[in-house]
Order: sequence, then structure tokens, then C-alpha cells
Amino acid sequence: MRDVAVIGIGMNRWGELWEKSHRQIWTEAALEAIDDAGVDHVDAMFVGCMSGGLFMGQEHLGAMLADQLGMGPIPGTRVESACASGGLAFRQAYLSVASGMHDIVLASGLEKMTDVDGGAATYALSTAADQEYECFHGITFPGLYAMMARAHMAKYGTTEEQLAAVAVKNHENGSKNPLAQFPMKVTAEQVMNSVLVADPLRILHCSPITDGAAAGILVPLDMAKKMSDKPLVKVAASAQASDSIALHDREEITWIGSTAKAAEDAYKQAGCTPKEISFCEVHDCFTIAEIMVTEALGFFDRGQGGKAAESGETALGGTIPINPSGGLKSKGHPVGATGVAQIRELVMQLRGECGERQVKDAVRGMSQNMGGTGASTAVHILERV
Amino acid sequence: MDSGIIGYGAYVPRHRIKVEQIARVWGADAPSYKRGLMLREKSVPTPDQDTITMSVEASRHAIRRAGIDAQKIGAIYIGSESHPYAVKPSGTTVAEAIGATPDIHCADFEFACKAGSEGMFVAMSLVEANQMEYALGIGADTSQGAPGDALEYSASAGAAAFVFGKEKRIAECEHTYSFMTDTPDFWRREYQFYPRHAGRFTGEPAYFKHVLSCAKKIMERSGTTAKDFRWAVFHQPNGKFPMRAAKKLGFEKEQVEQGWLSPTLGNTYSGSSPMGLSAILDVASPGDRILMVSYGSGAGSDGFIWKATDRIKEVQGLAPQTREQLENDPIYIDYGTYAKFRGKIRKLAN
Amino acid sequence: MIGSSRYWREVPQRYRYEAAKCTKCGKIFFPPRLVCNGCRSREFETVTLAQEGVLETFTVIRVAPTGFGDETPYAVGIIKLDDGVRITSQVVDCDVEKLNIGDRLRLEFRKVQEDGESGVICYGYKFVPAN
Ligand SMILES: [Zn+2]
Repeated sequence: MRDVAVIGIGMNRWGELWEKSHRQIWTEAALEAIDDAGVDHVDAMFVGCMSGGLFMGQEHLGAMLADQLGMGPIPGTRVESACASGGLAFRQAYLSVASGMHDIVLASGLEKMTDVDGGAATYALSTAADQEYECFHGITFPGLYAMMARAHMAKYGTTEEQLAAVAVKNHENGSKNPLAQFPMKVTAEQVMNSVLVADPLRILHCSPITDGAAAGILVPLDMAKKMSDKPLVKVAASAQASDSIALHDREEITWIGSTAKAAEDAYKQAGCTPKEISFCEVHDCFTIAEIMVTEALGFFDRGQGGKAAESGETALGGTIPINPSGGLKSKGHPVGATGVAQIRELVMQLRGECGERQVKDAVRGMSQNMGGTGASTAVHILERV
Repeated sequence: MDSGIIGYGAYVPRHRIKVEQIARVWGADAPSYKRGLMLREKSVPTPDQDTITMSVEASRHAIRRAGIDAQKIGAIYIGSESHPYAVKPSGTTVAEAIGATPDIHCADFEFACKAGSEGMFVAMSLVEANQMEYALGIGADTSQGAPGDALEYSASAGAAAFVFGKEKRIAECEHTYSFMTDTPDFWRREYQFYPRHAGRFTGEPAYFKHVLSCAKKIMERSGTTAKDFRWAVFHQPNGKFPMRAAKKLGFEKEQVEQGWLSPTLGNTYSGSSPMGLSAILDVASPGDRILMVSYGSGAGSDGFIWKATDRIKEVQGLAPQTREQLENDPIYIDYGTYAKFRGKIRKLAN
Repeated sequence: MIGSSRYWREVPQRYRYEAAKCTKCGKIFFPPRLVCNGCRSREFETVTLAQEGVLETFTVIRVAPTGFGDETPYAVGIIKLDDGVRITSQVVDCDVEKLNIGDRLRLEFRKVQEDGESGVICYGYKFVPAN
């Protein structure tokens, strides 16, 4: 396997992009990544998209978007793993370069979610859970994470204040991200008094419905050294793991096993420990998710994620800054794009391009992107070369 | 007759609405309604309860008391005027849920409030004719009364199920008799949501004529009088009618009180006299004779004379009892919740 | 929305709570599987799930998916049955504000959803307080 570098990144402003079609949203991000890399062609492209069919009535996105790129009959592949689609698209792009199959590969993610009403969007997202044995009973995604939250609270004493602290911190970070969908700051009181969605989760515990795309260009590290004048960022680890799709089938409701397993593999590949990670972008689709993920990644002991968030350990300047981009919570969550946008943040941080939200001395960043209630996880570690 | 009841069970939804709640909305005088109809409250099905779900629960109770393998049940007949589908049987769903498919005969019956006793009659007749070892007869309804109509104070939900067989009977059937005429006192036309009734015509020429005639003839034919019965149960469209029928037939209050559920249950239509019977079986002693007379508009009555056997005492405690379900932990709701539960609120169409 | 065949296929599980028990290691799968993830055996026997259990966690749905709007607020929980199997189900006939982890529940046969006013009605299990 060859070492792989990310030499270009692209992302547009996320939000309710009424005027823009998915073609435009995706192509803008892809072209920005291509220009950032300074390449004149790509050999293949991968796009992560959770549900083109349910959100837009459009499948076959690999071919459709490869055509939009205008770079000839290149292989275009769509990757799907619910909300981890982007992370897995990046991983497939990485594997295709590392294996020697292709030299210049575009990794991308896309979701256009606002063309359907709230009920249809809720349904589309719920297809990431077990349709017959979870959703059949009227459970929603906020509901599934709410059940994880209640179990975590009962088992470890995690509090509503600690959940709120995650939202407060991510909005604080997001306020420094010009591309964030919801860059406003929020207070713990606002979070704890916002409308209940699925007890104990309130609307400000939930990531939003977002249109958006993100992209990156991957090349062999040796090639990158010759062609890029920007600080070089290499992929130090790419790991993926699975778990039961139904939450009730997990050994422990309060533990995200696929994330723990993918992280274990990633640390081994990168030859580092959690303490040697400078910062991490995690999949905070709900505040409880960030708490549980920071435990599964080994940053904190089991049950200690809530306390860590409340005490500021995960803030910019904390012992392990989590979601300096603002996370899914503030930046937005166009599901298929999220995993690739995390990579973009890693590259920007490692290049030192993040301005106000820059993590000091960032040398090694981690991203964690998961599908459903944690049935799939992609973990990546990127390092400044 | 060689056949009779070998297992029985009832199901009562937990939600209730009081007469006052309904009267307040429609500007009616609650005390006079309560006095006139002898009704205090009625059961209300939640949106997830219907004739099929209640039939399944009542049948499971009945099979538990019968102590038989459901695979040996040869027929399921459900009587209801609120089958969830206009076209598609309720019986097959119940059969599947209790594990009685596929060697079984199913039919859904409809005869206003008499459909339940008619299912019982046919089920027992097939056992009597040696067509099958066991058969299940069920009466269940989640009936609707039009908002503001007198029926709204009574139309309620419940089910009772009976397993018939020849061995291990808990109640022998001594006699049956049915009395029918064409009497248009209450009906619901196709595609109509609510039924219509003919006001006071539903009384003398309808309910009383059929119930009294049926009761008199079955007693005449069996050579019995009111004194020969420990218990009696009549169809209960409200609290008042069955008590008046009982009095006219010479029954005392103690004979009818146990099966008289309507004051707090309402009218469960096809479930009405069958549920009254299940409440009686819950307390009956060996040798007790029970008169049961149903009534269905349109119109007719089915009469049965049951005699409890020694086995009755063994099964009473095997499943939830009828009055226990009726009296324990009711959940009271207001008219708004009731209107929502019963689909009476016009909403945005999808 | 649920079509007939999709709903009908699950009837043994939804109506009769049929599960597959690994004949080698005894692990119970609901719904049945073809391979045991404990011991990789492919031999199973059909068993019926326990119909009582304990509430392990739950939520109260305030914003419902399409088709469940009439029922809000309603509780959905993960119930650990007495045979050790965990399932997700609605918890009904209770005050959702007074529900607690550890509550003892029993199964009842209920309507779970329907495909609009003209489509198929889907029945299955829900849980109610076991008194
Ligand atoms: Zn096994």
C-alpha cells in the first residue's frame, strides 16, 4: 500500500440552499477541491450520499456527478452507509489510491435534504435504523439517541447540563466557522428550555436538516511532495467497523462498539494513542452522540464523556478539542457530506488555515463518522508531514 | 346437548370517559342522562385498539382457561359491527395471532349487537355436530355513536371469547333458542361512519319485544322459570333496558347484577351480553344455571341456558377476570382526547 | 409506507413472537437469523419469546414520523424480556411522564400502524404496565 496525502479540499456554505440543485452544490465543492489541489484532472471519483432517492428522487449519482465534473468517462462510484456515507466515500478513495489503482482521486459527499417536507426527511433518515423492528414501532432517530441518552444518564449519572454543554461548545466553535449553517451561540439555558423532540432530547440537542457538499483530492504522498506547495497532510489511518443495525441488539446500549473497534484499528495503523491526537471531529448528530463517541474513541473513560464536556476538556484549548468546526450541531449535517467535511476540517487545521478556531500545535487530527445509531463507523487519522 | 363452554375470556380497554364529559360538550343535562340511561361512564378504545386486537386478547384468555392447543380449534367466528376492514376478514388475523392456522374455518359475522352471540351459536353448533373438536366464538366491538347523539353516551369497546368443546366443559349448554323479525330500529348504511336509530322505536317493538319473547320461549321450552336460574344476562344497550327486561321476566336484582356491566362499561354491542356472561362465569359455582339473551337490531335475540360444571372453579383464576379489568386502574380522558382517539376530528388529508 | 408483502412476511414475529434459538449455544434471535453470531452454528429451533420484561430505556416521542401523529406524546422503549431478548416497542396505557427504567411490562396485541385510511392495517406487539 502506498502512503496517501490529501492535497485539496472544498466545501460551500451549508444551509437551506433553496436556489441550488444537488448538481450545483456538489460541483461547486468538487471544483474547489480540484482548484485547491491544483490538478487538471482526476482519475476516479467517489461520492457519499445517504439517500438521493428519498431526499431528491435521484439515484445513480456516481455517473451523474462524474458527468457534471466534465473530466471524461472516469469511474464514478456512490457509497452509502447512512450518515457515514461520506466517511466511507473518503475511505474508498483512500483505498483506491493506496492500492495503486488510481493516482488522483476525488472523495466527496453530498446531501440535498430540503426538497422534501419534515415528515419525509424524518422518514428518510429513519431508514438508517431497522425498518421492521425499530421504525415499525414509531421510533425516530432523535428517539433512538434519546434512549441512549436516558440509559447513559441512568447508568453514569450524565446530566442534562452536560448534554447542553456539548451544544453550547459546538455552537461556540461554529460561530468561528464562516461556512456553518447555524453559527449563532447558544446558552445552556436556551438548550435546556428548547422544545422537547424525544425526551430527554430537545431541539437544540439535535443536528439540523441541511443541504451541502464537501470534497477532497487524494494522491500518493510521493506525488504530493512534487506537486503541492501547501503544508502536506497524509492519511495515517483509515478504519471502519460495523455493529448491529438495531440498537436493542447491542451488547450495551451505552457503548458505541463500532466506533471503539474502528478507533482501535486506527490507533494501531497510525501507531499512536488517544493522548497523541491533537483534536477530533466527531459525529455529534445529537449531543449524547458526542459524549458517547469521545468515550469510545478512548479520550475519556466510560461514562465520563459528559463530565469532560462540561468541564471544558473538549473545548478549543481543552485537553482534546472536539469538533473545532462546530460539528454537525452548528456546521450542519447534510448526511452524506458530513464525513468528507470532517476531513476538510482536519486538513485545514493541520495546514493551520482555521483562523479563530485554529487548534494550537495541531499535528495529528482524527475524524469519526457514524451511520445510524452506530451500526457503521469510519475513523480516519490525518497527520501533518 | 353434549357441547358447551370449555374456556372463556374478556378484554376491556383501560380508557374511560364519564357521561359528564360528553354532556358538557353538547349542552346536555348529565344528571338526567345518568338517571334515564343508568350510565355513568364507558370504555374508550385507544387508536391502537380495535375489534381484532381485543378479540386476540380475549381469545388468549379463553384458550388459557380452556387449556387446549390452539391448533385444534376448527373454527373462529367473530361477531362485530366494527370489523376494521369492510372487506378482509378479522378472523384470519385472530387465527394467525393465536396460532390456530391453517386448518381452520373463519367467518366474520355482523348483526348489529347480536353478532357475538351468533358467532357463539354457530361455533357451538359445529362442535355439537361433531364437525370439529373445538371452536371459538367471539363478540367484539369498538362502536361509534354520532357526536351529540344519545348513542354517544353508551357506544363503547370490549370483547369476550368462548372456546366450545365437549370434554372438560366449564358450562354445559342446556338449551338454545333464537327469535327474529325484520324490525328496522337501528342500522348503518354502507360508507356511513355513524349508525342511525329510530329513537323510541328501539324500545318496545324492538329491544323489549325480542328480548322478552326470546327469554319467555326458551324458558317455556326448557320448562324453567326465573327461579331456576342463579344468574341472568341480557343485552345492555344502556343500564336501564336490561334491568327493566329482567324485572318483567321475574328476575331479582341479585340474579342480574353480576353480568350488568353497562353502567360503567357502556354498550359494547356484539360484546355486550357475551361480556356479561364472562363476568358471571368469573364467579359462578358448580351447578349454577345461567340465562343469556342477546339482542341485535334489525332484529333478533339469541337465547342460551348454561349450567356451570365442577371445572368452573379451576379456570376462573387462570386469566384476568372481567370486572377486575373493568374496575382496576381506569384511565379517564376528556372529550378532546376521546374525539381524537375516535377519529372524530377533521384533519389535513395526506 | 408498509406494503402488504413486507408486513405479511413478519407475521410470525409480530403476532406470535416467534424467535430462533441456537441449538448449539442457546442464544435467541428475534427476528430469526440463519447464522448464530455467538457460535456460528446454523441450526436453530423456533421458540416463543417471553411476554413480560423490564423497561431498560425509553423515550417519549413528541415529533412523530408520518402515520404516528395522532399518538403523540407516546413512549417507545427497549424492553429486556424475561428470556434475555431485547426488543423495541411502544409502551402504552401508561402515563408517559411517570414511566421509569426498571418498570415491569407485559405484551399486548395492538394495532401498530396503518398505511393511510385505505391501506393495510399493521398489527403487532406493544407493551403495557404489568401491574
Ligand atoms: Zn450459537
